[in-house]
Amino acid sequence: MAEKTMRGAFPLSTRAIFAKIGIAPLLAALVLTLIILAAVFAPFVAPHDPIYQNPIMRLKPPSADYLLGTDNYGRDLLSRVIWGARVSLVIGIGVTILAVVLGLAIGLVSGFFRVADAIIMRIMDGLMAMPSVLLAIAIVSLMGASIWTVMAAITIPEIPRVVRLVRSIVLSAREEPYVEAAISMGTSLPRVLWRHLMPNTFAPLTVQATYVCASAILTEAILSFLGAGVSTETPTWGNIMAEARIYFRLKPELIFWPGLALSMCILSINLLGDWARDVLDPRMGKREA
Amino acid sequence: MPVLDIRNLTVSIDAKDGASVVRDISITIEPGETVCLVGESGSGKSVSSLATMGLLPKGALKVTKGEILLDGEDMLTLSPAQLRDRRATRMSMIFQEPMTALNPVIKVGEQIAEVLEAHTKLSNAESHAKVMDILGQVGLPDIERIAKSYPHQLSGGQRQRIMIAMALILEPRLLIADEPTTALDVTTQLQILRLIKELQEKHGTAVLFITHDMGVVAEIADRVYVMNRGDMVESGKVMDILAAPKMDYTRRLLSSVPSLVPRPARPAASAKIALQVVELNKVYGGGGFLSKSAGTHAAKAVNFDLKAGRTLGIVGESGSGKSTVARCVMRLIDPSSGGIRVGGQEIADLTPRGLHPFRKRLQMVFQDPYRSLNPRLSIEESIIEGPMNYGMPRAEAVAKADELLELVGMPAGSAKRYPHMFSGGQRQRIAIARALAMEPELLVADEAVSALDVSVQAQVLDLLAEIQERTQIAILFITHDLRVAAQICDEVAVMKRGEVVEYGLTADVLGAPQHDYTKSLLAAAPGRDWDFPNFRPVAA
Repeated sequence: MAEKTMRGAFPLSTRAIFAKIGIAPLLAALVLTLIILAAVFAPFVAPHDPIYQNPIMRLKPPSADYLLGTDNYGRDLLSRVIWGARVSLVIGIGVTILAVVLGLAIGLVSGFFRVADAIIMRIMDGLMAMPSVLLAIAIVSLMGASIWTVMAAITIPEIPRVVRLVRSIVLSAREEPYVEAAISMGTSLPRVLWRHLMPNTFAPLTVQATYVCASAILTEAILSFLGAGVSTETPTWGNIMAEARIYFRLKPELIFWPGLALSMCILSINLLGDWARDVLDPRMGKREA
Repeated sequence: MPVLDIRNLTVSIDAKDGASVVRDISITIEPGETVCLVGESGSGKSVSSLATMGLLPKGALKVTKGEILLDGEDMLTLSPAQLRDRRATRMSMIFQEPMTALNPVIKVGEQIAEVLEAHTKLSNAESHAKVMDILGQVGLPDIERIAKSYPHQLSGGQRQRIMIAMALILEPRLLIADEPTTALDVTTQLQILRLIKELQEKHGTAVLFITHDMGVVAEIADRVYVMNRGDMVESGKVMDILAAPKMDYTRRLLSSVPSLVPRPARPAASAKIALQVVELNKVYGGGGFLSKSAGTHAAKAVNFDLKAGRTLGIVGESGSGKSTVARCVMRLIDPSSGGIRVGGQEIADLTPRGLHPFRKRLQMVFQDPYRSLNPRLSIEESIIEGPMNYGMPRAEAVAKADELLELVGMPAGSAKRYPHMFSGGQRQRIAIARALAMEPELLVADEAVSALDVSVQAQVLDLLAEIQERTQIAILFITHDLRVAAQICDEVAVMKRGEVVEYGLTADVLGAPQHDYTKSLLAAAPGRDWDFPNFRPVAA
């Protein structure tokens, strides 16, 4: 399967690439690239300082200078949305890396050692029983809000999902004869895990990682919106929407633009995740309409 | 007029300039006749039958030439709806694995009734009566209860009977059976073969029986078609083919079938005992804090010993505990009690750390060559893993791997390639090379040739014998195939439900069996009256 795609990939024309990958994942990649570029180069791209307050310019409609208008403190909405992407992406990527690394380690141990499994999975069940946003709010209020605590607070509820995935793969892969062959050749258990079991998890983990990333960005926005996230001085999509809430009847676009950025970002990541699943899992990929 | 008349059928890969997988084959089957289509994997025998049923995978394979006449009607010109109708009423098919062919969440009685519902206008009561009638005909006991069972509640043989009932309920003219007994134990296999024969005589059904097993052919066929790599090699009456094959390929195929007549044991080359198993017990499950079940006694007081340079076979049907014993010996599972001595040293109660030095002395070759090599590692990486675990420097291990690959007859330059680039037989050679890299004293082969075609199987068995000759390694050979056991083992132990019922020299156990179970196993071995390699009946 992989071989086929590799061989077919090079001599393709632009049109053939569109036909092969499909329009949705390409658009998603484009949107996501734009968001990432905007976030990385925010100081150069944003037309104004996102936290500079200009009381004279409060709640102005869009103009040449303020493309999306201004908020209730006279700050430029466009600049705030661009800077907001930074927090979202840092949280999204950070949480993904943390959740995948920790989840992979815990899942491998849990899948391979029966005793550890009984204990670990009960803890994971407990974590999964709590609504993730509620758990995150509890953690943030315990530790105080900063970008690091928010990241930790979002990571902890995400870990069980990764652990379950890794564990289920390890449980089936450890029955493979090549794993038993390795054991009977005297390969140490950590090495069996590292060399023979872990590579089996990479493809499904890549797919899962995209969903973790999307979910982390959404949870961060929810936390900010509820006032439990990163402090209100920092522009984040959730913060902007929270502040704009009281002006919703007057100026609904204050909520619309960050909301649009948030939903486009999450939609793009999810579409890319679906595409990755189709490519990486031949069984799903073959199911054509 | 023949029931089925396939004329000059060619099937190709469905692509521009797609290669042909079946070329210009013709098959005819008269009413009430059993025709066997034999061949090794990749011979195109299943493709031919799928083409007949109109079940070729869409977009992958297509018929490019020829016609398939069922009672004079060309199946290739029918619409999908017409074909669907013919498939139930005029021809039907049974498959190798009845578990996957049955829907696991519907009661089997309802699944059979569904066939009637789709193709007849019978009332519920008539349909029920008909289902019960066919269930009785396929020899199932307590049919009311069976009809209300789900597939997983039945045994493999019972499930295959259900499949046969489902296939025959509309009294089709043609029954296609694609390796229907391959997944079954020999005693069950014999019953199913008899059942097919009996129903065929009763209903006058024509049977196209696809198999790789020459024993089965000798047992049931009226006529035989031999296929190889998509070509029809030879066809004729079963006795003509078995006694006087005209083509080289058929001749080679028959010569590879191991004879059931046991070879004499080799003289013991050394008195050194490589493996001694004493009162070995293994109980699965049970005894848990909350569980009331007694657990499954998979191995009961198993005793045997094996000298260096000799081969001991453990034979038995599925569930007999033969693999459990092998896995206990390898310490892949922990025995419940009893002793396992390797070169005089007890290893049954060693901790994983204490076991490490002994792992080197026992190596295993697994059944499925497609799963026993890590697909992500090159052949070389797989082979050198073991020696490097015991401190051999990489360069030395690599040199040794090359040497071993040559020894097992792999082409030069295989070392850097990956498992998927090799055939099943080659992979099994690689697995043997990997085991030998550890220079073990004992090789445990768990059904190591069962997944291979008969000609490849013969080569791998020769390889094992040659290696044994050279290295004086002891081999514990687990198999369900009495033919293989008769040819490779010096001694055999016959296992039934966890117990060794008969143990001794192969010539004695298989030549003059004492225990009833051994006798019934031998009696059920298909084609036991025919000496395939010598093209004549077994001398009485």
